[in-house]
Amino acid sequence: MTAPLHPPRSTPADRTLTAATAAASLVALVLALVVAPPDAVQGQAQRLMYVHVPAAWLAYACFATVLVASVAYLLTRDLRWDRRAQAAGELGVGMTALAIALGSIWGRPVWGTWWVWDPRLITTVVLLLVYAGYLSVRGLGDDRGTGARRAAAVGIIGFVNVPIVHFSVVWWRTLHQPATVLSPDQAVLDGRMAAALLAAVVAFTLAGWLVVRRRIRQLALLDAEPAVADPEPARPLVVTAKPQP
Amino acid sequence: MVVTVVALGAVGVLAGAGLQGNLVYYKTTSELVADPGLAGQRLRLGGLVMASSVSRGPDGVRFTLTDGVQEVRVVNSEQPRGVFQEGQGALVEGVLGADGVFRSDLLLVKHDNTYRPPDGDGNSQAEIRP
Repeated sequence: MTAPLHPPRSTPADRTLTAATAAASLVALVLALVVAPPDAVQGQAQRLMYVHVPAAWLAYACFATVLVASVAYLLTRDLRWDRRAQAAGELGVGMTALAIALGSIWGRPVWGTWWVWDPRLITTVVLLLVYAGYLSVRGLGDDRGTGARRAAAVGIIGFVNVPIVHFSVVWWRTLHQPATVLSPDQAVLDGRMAAALLAAVVAFTLAGWLVVRRRIRQLALLDAEPAVADPEPARPLVVTAKPQP
Repeated sequence: MVVTVVALGAVGVLAGAGLQGNLVYYKTTSELVADPGLAGQRLRLGGLVMASSVSRGPDGVRFTLTDGVQEVRVVNSEQPRGVFQEGQGALVEGVLGADGVFRSDLLLVKHDNTYRPPDGDGNSQAEIRP
């Protein structure tokens, strides 16, 4: 489709971030798999919390980044902001899909089903679709600027979905349990479980930051390259009748 | 722009319907008992599984759901999956019969948002209460 992209050279900041991500991941793994006890009711399946919740958190953080970068792009019309928004949007969609998949795997042994159409799950699917639309709307414009402008509009308005997803378990009756951390009501979380969850959230956030940084640089390379001319322009399809024997 | 308007409209409808209470994922036992019109309708019923109310037989599992005020007896045609147990939340899908027994063919477990180690785990019991 396009010329191959050379991987951006890594800087000292990249190496520091990579080392921090690796260290946080190792700590999170040990806390989540060794230190934290299984749950009294859910057993070992509850450990899926240490990947399901960070995936959802990272998706929220990505969409917040899309919101801020989209506003900045509309104000400045600087494509650097658009690239930041796109990179965060791509990771956000991936993390939303991951949170849904991990939630489904968690639901089977605990709820007794892979899937229900309860408000939390419905709103999360809507969130995924809106940001998939956010990514695809960029390609619809006639030029780079039009796509970026439309994407920014979707990226700003689409953020409405994030609080709806988060508070769906408070506003409506759901099968999904309410939040334990960042929750308005009194909830109980074992100290070791909380430590594992915190470490996993930090590890996911650092890894996400790393991925987005590299993707932004890759997108900058794409923008810097002159548009590659289509070697063979599309021709209209001509259908001719086959002569009958 | 069309996409945006449609998305925003859909979100608005969903939020509006939810706020009016038209979209209720399940009924509580009190709501089911209070509204005779609900008998015979297929619906979801949620509540806590009452202590020592569970009995398993060849026709499925019998138990009582409660919201602390009203109790409803339930017969589920299949054995429960998930972490079904007394004192925990459960959600059933079925029909309330004239005899006051709710007959369901789908049983899901609704667990709460507390996470603690099994009893007898002697380690730290530090709890977070945000």
